[in-house]
Amino acid sequence: MLQIIKLAWRDLNRNRRRSFFSALALGMGLSLLLLMAAVIEYEIRSSMDTSIRLQTGHLQIRAASYNENRSSLAWEDLVEGPAAIAVQVAGLPPVSVATPRLFASGIVASGDTSAAARITGVDPVSAANDPYRSGILSGQWLGADDRDGIVIGQPMADKLGLKAGDKPNVLVNTANGDVDSQAFVIRGIYSTRTPGFDNGTIFMSLAKAQAITRAGDHASAIFVLLKDRDQTGAVVAALQTRQFTVLTWDRMNALLSDTEELANSYMILLYLIILAITATVIVNTLVMAVFERTREIGILSALGMRSGRIMAMFFAESAMLALGGIALGLIIGGAMVAYFGSVGYYIGDYGMTGLLFGERIYAVLTLKDAINLSIAALLVTLVASVYPASLAARLEPVEALRGGRQA
Amino acid sequence: MEVAKVEHVSRVYKTGDVETAALKDVSISIEAGEFAALVGPSGSGKTTLLQLIGCLDTPSSGRIIIAGQDVSKLNRDQRADTRRAKIGFVFQFFALIPTLTAFENVEMPLLLNGLPAAERSARVQQLLDAVGLKERTNRRPDQLSGGEQQRVAIARALASKPALILAYEPNANLDTENGRQVMEIMQRLNRETGVTFVFATHDPRVIAYASRVITLRDGQVAANGAGAAKV
Repeated sequence: MLQIIKLAWRDLNRNRRRSFFSALALGMGLSLLLLMAAVIEYEIRSSMDTSIRLQTGHLQIRAASYNENRSSLAWEDLVEGPAAIAVQVAGLPPVSVATPRLFASGIVASGDTSAAARITGVDPVSAANDPYRSGILSGQWLGADDRDGIVIGQPMADKLGLKAGDKPNVLVNTANGDVDSQAFVIRGIYSTRTPGFDNGTIFMSLAKAQAITRAGDHASAIFVLLKDRDQTGAVVAALQTRQFTVLTWDRMNALLSDTEELANSYMILLYLIILAITATVIVNTLVMAVFERTREIGILSALGMRSGRIMAMFFAESAMLALGGIALGLIIGGAMVAYFGSVGYYIGDYGMTGLLFGERIYAVLTLKDAINLSIAALLVTLVASVYPASLAARLEPVEALRGGRQA
Repeated sequence: MEVAKVEHVSRVYKTGDVETAALKDVSISIEAGEFAALVGPSGSGKTTLLQLIGCLDTPSSGRIIIAGQDVSKLNRDQRADTRRAKIGFVFQFFALIPTLTAFENVEMPLLLNGLPAAERSARVQQLLDAVGLKERTNRRPDQLSGGEQQRVAIARALASKPALILAYEPNANLDTENGRQVMEIMQRLNRETGVTFVFATHDPRVIAYASRVITLRDGQVAANGAGAAKV
């Protein structure tokens, strides 16, 4: 076996440039796959984190009849006395923060322009608002007793030509099915660098939201953040009542999970296509090697080398090319991932409904992806080398010794 | 004792619907220790006969027995095993593996036979010494002259201690002096080790070394008798 490996190594070195470029082709294919896998990994992972942090929390406690899609404000669909419940929930050890929120749909209008908005009534002092508070670009976050202020996202401000201190009209659906309207002062403009969220979400104090929507002492949900996501099950078990529904982060982000599964399925197909293309380069190299070394194969056969060992020799060459390509791919791909991991790539507002993507793409490569893709590259290359290896093994010694071929 | 026995062997090649008989009902016998020449003009069938005796090809009809084993119906791998164990080859174009040194080329049949490293090394050194290449063991073929390459090929052919060595026009690519040296080495090894040599040639200088000359013409044995250098 050692001699076969030695022969294979020397044969590859016979035409170093061709061997190098064959390995490089595989390396480039692998590096692109690593980058793609790293980008998708980051997007899925960050999208889930972003959604939890900005939109869903780890848990939401809602009235059993609440329908999120209708942003229902009917009292029977809301949580009554939410402040007291939030305090109780916040007392559970795994809970980091629990705060009531009221969701309503509305329109922000300024002059001749208007934009649909998801109005979110929040307790201005809650730590759950930190992502928005820390993203204030101009003006300030809502004060504790703010009764006529709102905070809007930068994309909406740009679209409506608004700035901090301006007074747009806000039209809001109310609990009894009417629409109410009131002028609000823009206290601040925020950006979470998640255009899909910033574009449509405006904040006002919970008390004001309850008043303008006539929701009374009710909230749409108790928004809960946990210290550790893995504690979700334990907290849900502790909160189960017949009166409320406790929604978990994975259920609220089911679309994201489904999208991840779908993306993974497509990616496997894409991986195979790219690897198959690069494997053809290896096949080409090996087929050329078979034709070039027909006479040598005949010599080895004349010396008594069995077909299986001749095949093994070409498999060894193929494996060496693959390992070289994988090494190059890991180096090139690693460098690309490192670059995209730190600098990123600006894509702007590329969110899909229900999914929150940041405005920049970053990359994070997992060891699992690197290992899986490297193994896939090796296997695809070995499978692809079956043809040239069997071509060599099937050469008739007499024909091969003449330098011709007869498969 | 017969090393090779060819009984009523024919070999027909087909190209499309056209059949060409390269050998027609050939029967010969090679005794152990012979230094025999297969001679004849181009197309007479000597190379085909050598290929059949060397298990590189199979006959269309008839039987070939090598060292007591009928090899006529063996499959590809069985023929490879027979070649590895019983037959050595010396080719006109030297047929060395260009990426291996002289030592490694001679070592190859021993590797294929699974000999331990120490035994391999001793055997290779002994063989290269026997062909006068003790100082050139680490040279690759392109660093050796034609005569030296053919001597490496002879050492390789002897490596597995075969019953039979088949040589195809062993001098065809050598000048007179190197050709003479190669023939003398083969003859000396034939005498010293008792290994049987059969070589195909139409060079009168090579034929002069043969203890027996088998003449082929049009795929048939035209003459079979003692050579000039009868041992």
